[in-house]
Amino acid sequence: MDVEAAKMIGAGLAVFALLGVGIGLGNIFSSLLTGISRNPEASKELFSKAILGFALTESVALLAFIVSLLILFK
Amino acid sequence: MDPLNQFQVKTYIPLSFLGIDISVTNASLFMVLSVGLFCILSLMATRSRSLVPTKMQSLVENAYTFLNSLLQEFCGEEGLKYFPYIFSLFIFVLFSNLLGLVPGAFTSTSQLVVTGTLALTVFVSVTIIGLIKHGFKFFRLFLPDGVPFYVVPILVPVEILSYFMRPVSLAIRLFANMVAGHVMIKIFASFAVMIAGTAFLPLSILPLIVNTAVTFFEVVVALLQAYVFTILSCIYLNDALKLH
Repeated sequence: MDVEAAKMIGAGLAVFALLGVGIGLGNIFSSLLTGISRNPEASKELFSKAILGFALTESVALLAFIVSLLILFK
Repeated sequence: MDPLNQFQVKTYIPLSFLGIDISVTNASLFMVLSVGLFCILSLMATRSRSLVPTKMQSLVENAYTFLNSLLQEFCGEEGLKYFPYIFSLFIFVLFSNLLGLVPGAFTSTSQLVVTGTLALTVFVSVTIIGLIKHGFKFFRLFLPDGVPFYVVPILVPVEILSYFMRPVSLAIRLFANMVAGHVMIKIFASFAVMIAGTAFLPLSILPLIVNTAVTFFEVVVALLQAYVFTILSCIYLNDALKLH
């Protein structure tokens, strides 16, 4: 196989991590909604914790993105 | 058009002091600028300290009370001693992130050196604070109470490894967020340029619309990442102060 083509395929495969990140983010916000609808009083506290979880999960996606960029433009 | 081109460090004024390269680059210039901007802002805001605050004064006061309550929530009363450090950490990261969003400006937090240094300072200072406060008992951090003895040989190396991965993950998170956001903006902008060169010129408005939305999203990310960086530093500080 051509090296250029292999690079493109590799970059595409690298962002497969987004599969897990998508599931994780959906999980976080669905739990947040359930929590808020059960106890609307606690929404402010829950939101700041959910945002923390969001950012931690998001960083995995960005790592995958950086890896694919490195493959493409190195 | 290489989207990673914008992260190149350019030297403006070459300087060297005792063999160490301290030349003024675009990275260092924008770091100084972000600190200077906040100094000017807070000096102007607190020039006439009135009981009923003006808009500027309440902006700075709100930043203060926000971080104060954040630190108190995560570290309790004894964490308040380290408030100046946490405050300057938050403000520096926030201003560097936001300044980078100005078109043509350089994002100093998109350099792994900058974020790595920030994360290492947090790591080293938190470890020293813990060692001074607890002495050798600090190493109990790697061995939580009530663990069955047969898990210990696996758990302790994992805990030690995760402790040393903290600055790495802290640095990489901020760096990757900033780089990814700016690359995304650049890629959509180059789509618009590519379409404008063809016969479908009016269609180039579409990437521009997306780019506007991405830029808004990036402002949120800039705020969020400064917040997350500060919260994680507070959590690490709390670990060192209270040992689980």
